Amino acid sequence: MKPPKFDYHAPKTVDEALALLTRYDGEAKILAGGQSLMPLLNFRLSRPAALVDLNRIPTLAYIKEVDGSVRFGAMTRQRAIEFSPVVAKRLPLLTEATRWVGHLPIRTRGTIGGSIAHADPSAEYPAVLTALDGEVVARGPKGERVLKPRDFFQTYLTTNLAADEILTEVRLPATPAGAGFAFEEFSRRHGDFAIIGIAAVIVREGSRCTMARLATAGAGPIPVRLRAAEEILEREGLGDEAIARAAAKAQELVQPDGDIHASADYRRHLTGVLTGRAVKRALTKVAR
Amino acid sequence: MNEPVTVRLKVNGVQHEGRCEPRKLLVDFLREDLGLTGTHVGCEHGICGACTILFNGEAARSCIMLAVQAEGAELRTIEGLMENGKLHPLQEAFHEHHGLQCGFCTPGMLMTALDFLRVKPEPTEAEIREGISAVLCRCTGYQGIINAVKAAAPVMRGS
Repeated sequence: MKPPKFDYHAPKTVDEALALLTRYDGEAKILAGGQSLMPLLNFRLSRPAALVDLNRIPTLAYIKEVDGSVRFGAMTRQRAIEFSPVVAKRLPLLTEATRWVGHLPIRTRGTIGGSIAHADPSAEYPAVLTALDGEVVARGPKGERVLKPRDFFQTYLTTNLAADEILTEVRLPATPAGAGFAFEEFSRRHGDFAIIGIAAVIVREGSRCTMARLATAGAGPIPVRLRAAEEILEREGLGDEAIARAAAKAQELVQPDGDIHASADYRRHLTGVLTGRAVKRALTKVAR
Repeated sequence: MNEPVTVRLKVNGVQHEGRCEPRKLLVDFLREDLGLTGTHVGCEHGICGACTILFNGEAARSCIMLAVQAEGAELRTIEGLMENGKLHPLQEAFHEHHGLQCGFCTPGMLMTALDFLRVKPEPTEAEIREGISAVLCRCTGYQGIINAVKAAAPVMRGS
């Protein structure tokens, strides 16, 4: 089908965009990369009075290192992230996760801010944001708010962003040098949304695990940080038994829903299996 | 603000101008307003890849972009692959290796492969499979397509 009628605006600055959102009072939708919103418009599942297209705001696309973290302008394309040497060095988990986002032609347009604001729980970037405990910056008429993932994601496709706010920046703490990382995902076909995805970062000193970060995609209404599973690794180390216990714990920590793609039980099972695989593969990349 | 807008863009090196509603999809603008019907409309929601074009040099789905967003852009479509009456190495390879049957997905498949081989000039078979998974083909079973992309890679590196 074709999109319904809407007013179209392509502001040149964030302030102009914010003024438009205020003017339409909740009836406008923000158009970022469009790789989720455009299909919704074509199906007429979404019928906003207006589209505020952020693609003409050049100041919203950047990747920069600031004090041990990497900051991404919301309109930074997934493709730019995939091929960024800075990201490959500082956030190799994100580079790896990006290859699971749709397909290359989708990543040409898709943006980091759009993916996170859309808050599809099966998407990769929300899982990475959650695993790394990054931050998002929301700008509204009254100024900026900086939000942690636990305060940002609310439920399926729903965030704490107000209708007159724009997600302008994503901040991810750089992975410590020598850390291991892995993004494991299972989907029926490459490029589909994850049935389950697991983001993992492991830091090891000698035989001890000094930091473990684990989060899910697809295992419930929002990405889940698997803190109790991380604690098992941090307490018991990185032997096969500890990894198996962490994987079993991961399975207990999630409450996925079943849908046409997979039952809740299968998703729970996969959460355990992929957690184990992600930790083991992350370990192979830990610097000796 | 939903009045018709003027869209100026370059397609295959030629400057075009058209007027359309802001809600007009880029693929429909190419086909209906510019008469460039080589780009196909398949699923209309970004899954099948038949409408893939190069947008400022990078493969993108033209069914989930608005024509108005292409204002000032440079596009390349299937009509721009052949040069001086000579098939592009990718077209040649698809012809040689039976990379198509009905041909519906072929424009999207070729534009996707073009971008893919630029990003990965020496792909493994697994990488080719992943690369072309961006486009659905219901005829070939993909093997001919994979063989074609594999055969085109060295030719394109050399050219």
